Amino acid sequence: MTKITFITQDNESIIVEGNSGNVMELAVQNKIKGIEGNCGGVCSCATCHVHVQPEDWDRVGAPSTLESDMLEFDDHVSEYSRLCCQINVDDTIDGIVLKVAN
Amino acid sequence: MAKSEISDPFEKARLEKGIGEMDDQNDPVIMALRHKDVRRCAHNHKTFISGAEPGRIVIPSEVSIRDIRQIPFEVDPPMHGVYRAVVEPWFKRPLEADYNTALKKQIGAIIDEALSKDVVEVVKEFALVLQSRALTLLFNVPFSESQTWISWGTHVFRSQETALDASKANVLYDYIDKQITHAIANPGDDFYSMLLAAEVNEKKLTKEEIKGVIILTFAGGRDTVINAVTNSIAYFAEHPKALHRLKEDPKLVNFAIEELIRYFSPLTHMGRVVTEDTHVCEHAVKADSRISLNWASANRDASVFEKPNEVLIDRKINPHVAFGFGTHNCLGATHARQILKVLINILIDKVGSIDIIEAEDNIETLGEFKRKVGFNSIKVKFNASNTL
Ligand code: HEM
Ligand code: FES
Repeated sequence: MTKITFITQDNESIIVEGNSGNVMELAVQNKIKGIEGNCGGVCSCATCHVHVQPEDWDRVGAPSTLESDMLEFDDHVSEYSRLCCQINVDDTIDGIVLKVAN
Repeated sequence: MAKSEISDPFEKARLEKGIGEMDDQNDPVIMALRHKDVRRCAHNHKTFISGAEPGRIVIPSEVSIRDIRQIPFEVDPPMHGVYRAVVEPWFKRPLEADYNTALKKQIGAIIDEALSKDVVEVVKEFALVLQSRALTLLFNVPFSESQTWISWGTHVFRSQETALDASKANVLYDYIDKQITHAIANPGDDFYSMLLAAEVNEKKLTKEEIKGVIILTFAGGRDTVINAVTNSIAYFAEHPKALHRLKEDPKLVNFAIEELIRYFSPLTHMGRVVTEDTHVCEHAVKADSRISLNWASANRDASVFEKPNEVLIDRKINPHVAFGFGTHNCLGATHARQILKVLINILIDKVGSIDIIEAEDNIETLGEFKRKVGFNSIKVKFNASNTL
């Protein structure tokens, strides 16, 4: 199982576990506040925006061009922004911490 | 050309200039056509505002037929966010299990009826009925209200004969006045009562504000949903394999919904009023003039979408802007997506094929551009899936 910690805007920490699908789906299943996943994960709605901890960035990886384009005009964008529907849940990200952007 | 095909009239202008120009009642519009410019302008709500004179950001302009400000649509931040917070939870109700069950029942009945007929005119007999009945769920009002809404015809503000029809708008305004008065006397758990009880900045919403929200909810979700539903039926009629593929691999349904919405782009564009002399894609635009964010053109931008003019029902990365972008992104998107999801799932389940008998396109004219948004009418025959 891959463990992921979400920190919401209210500073609540929630640890969730999964082994398939993408991080947005896992967050929605666990009702993480601020992750809505309106478009179902096609990179269109930006309601799955998270900030990756700098130390985890290399493991998570940078966004694709299309993904960073969608983030470009987001009010809460940072250099560690990702749309988490574009991150797969697998071993490589076990233990990462994601701050919910909204 | 296949009847379900929706071509892209903006390609040449998008590539060559990045903008298109059109006049509208002597208040011209510069259309942003590229995906990036559309997003940039949508994001820049200080230079490109929605909170102008009521009706002005709509194209064709409704300035001469409407004084009421539509909320939160014609309001800019920070007040926009305050209003939006009041209504947002309500517009998320389509995600609730009961809502979904009711929607399945409604759409199931509509499909059963369609299957029993020799010919169905999809716009009026199917999509309008479906849209109106589903809206009773969003308003949380009795199903019977949909009868009244269906009787208004396919357009609330616009009629086929004249671009802008004030008499149609009056029917809607009078109706809304009555419903609000009724809800004041009989508070319940409907949309009107929620708005009557709601507070912004510790003050109750005024009747004018409530009307502004309600009118928007009627107007925003009418033509858009009708076109999305009708165009989907036309698409599956001409692409039966797509329906079979979704049946075999139901996980694709979500991708298919987003892709159909991108391809159809039921709302072609939406205006903004410019607050200072500036540029859109290197083209000068003056203060107090209008621009528009052309979602339909952005959704065919080949620098973003591979094979933009094809429907790829398994398109996995699909950063379309059919529901808008940023601040004013569509509040009704959850409702609209649920409608399409339930519709597609029931089609998969019950319908084997659909034959188009005859169709008349609904074409919008935007200056030199002519864009098909859907159909004025389309007659089809629905065939059941298990013809044993
Ligand atoms: C497939 C169907 C639909 C499409 C393609 C669509 C498209 C859009 C677009 C592009 C915008 C952005 C406008 C802007 O930026 O100025 C928008 C906003 C909006 N839509 Fe929709 N819409 C659809 C269905 C609905 C439905 C069903 C409702 C309600 C019943 C609705 C209500 C609204 C509202 C209230 C806004 C304004 C949001 C705001 O200003 O914050 N829409 N829609
Ligand atoms: S869920 Fe819509 S962009 Fe990630």
